Amino acid sequence: MTQSIAGPEIERLIQLLARLPGLGPRSARRAALHLVKKKDTLLEPLAKAATEAAANVRLCSVCGNVDSRDPCSVCADPRRDDTIIVVVEDVADLWALERAAATRGRYHVLGGSLSPLDGIGPEDLNIATLVGRANGGGVSEIILAVNATVEGQTTAHYITDRLAGSGAKVTRLAHGVPVGGELDYLDDGTLAAAIKSRTPF
Amino acid sequence: MEWTAQAIVIGTRRHGETSTILEVMAREKGRHLGLVRGGRSRRLRPVLQPGNTLRVTWRARLDEHLGAFTVEPLRERAAGLMDTAAATFGIQLAGAHLRLLPERDPHPRLFDALAVIVDTFDDKAVAAELMARFELLLLDELGVGLDLSRCAATGEETGLAYVSPKTGRAVSRAAGMPYDNRLLKLPPFLIDRRHGEPPSPADLESGFRLTGYFLDRHIFEPRGLDPGEARAGFLRAVLPDPVLPDAGPSIELPG
Repeated sequence: MTQSIAGPEIERLIQLLARLPGLGPRSARRAALHLVKKKDTLLEPLAKAATEAAANVRLCSVCGNVDSRDPCSVCADPRRDDTIIVVVEDVADLWALERAAATRGRYHVLGGSLSPLDGIGPEDLNIATLVGRANGGGVSEIILAVNATVEGQTTAHYITDRLAGSGAKVTRLAHGVPVGGELDYLDDGTLAAAIKSRTPF
Repeated sequence: MEWTAQAIVIGTRRHGETSTILEVMAREKGRHLGLVRGGRSRRLRPVLQPGNTLRVTWRARLDEHLGAFTVEPLRERAAGLMDTAAATFGIQLAGAHLRLLPERDPHPRLFDALAVIVDTFDDKAVAAELMARFELLLLDELGVGLDLSRCAATGEETGLAYVSPKTGRAVSRAAGMPYDNRLLKLPPFLIDRRHGEPPSPADLESGFRLTGYFLDRHIFEPRGLDPGEARAGFLRAVLPDPVLPDAGPSIELPG
């Protein structure tokens, strides 16, 4: 049995940190030690920020984004284009698109993709509210920005079926060569998709 | 423990930050799972997509362990499959069907059928025909196959046009005609492999109604499973106006 090297409060902190993505038990121990050493400048502000976030963060009732206000900052922004809805699988995807400043449209977060292996069906995803938004009028284009995986594209096809009759144009992201990508290292499918979707130069 | 085989990816699941649990169908090993270390890397993600054919090597200390796969791509067709609804729903449906089999139980006929189907999804009519046959074969491999060799009432081997929903045995057109609305239709393409004409949409729908009825009755309902969205999505994609299978009344047949 491993002997505890710190009090139960620190051990609890290490255990919780070890559950964060990218942190294992060793790195969690290092992070905990760093926090304890910088109690006034890091640990206490972090604890306060975490408490405030836990008390205020909620899901946006319109798009499924996480924010401390409902509707979220994106949905409440009057400068956004109401006629475009960008559909993403996860909040992390929304943040990635916002980081890239790729679109000024509104968003819709599905909360995952259809996955029979994980038992995730359409009723587990935020699809019904998307259909409601599309049928609500004023939407001219729905961009399906889901992952380029078989599961992501199955979800995209399912949503396309559900949106038939809404009147909105349904588009999806292009598949092809990433910036910095070397053809020799790309998989066959990506190369084939890139050739198929070639554009005039 | 170690073996190497050609296998078709039917599913993946995240495992931790960097790894993936890969589910493949191999001819002699059946449906097999294993861990792929680094499976969430940029290099391996496109390789570990359903529909791709890989050369996999499985290693474990004991046979009952999950074990780990090392993989080498042989045929990467996943990107092509993503183009159409028939293909994406089709590969998901094939995976869902194969998931009804016990793990590590070899089913070479189903593997061979899967290997053909994954290359035909660009032709909806062919994909639909092969998927209906795949479901018929699946019922057989699960031990609840239909007897389509002769008429249950007369013993005739020709003119078969119906299947009894109660016994799963074929019925000839002449014997079944009086019970037309109570029997399931048996489309010719499910018994005559040498037919020249592609099956009509009505025949395809009858085929899926037939296989769907027996999958529901013998597999999904007893196991308390939901057939899932993949089958409905595939039927929407390949049939002009699909009607999902429903349970009909069964009748007593002589013989």
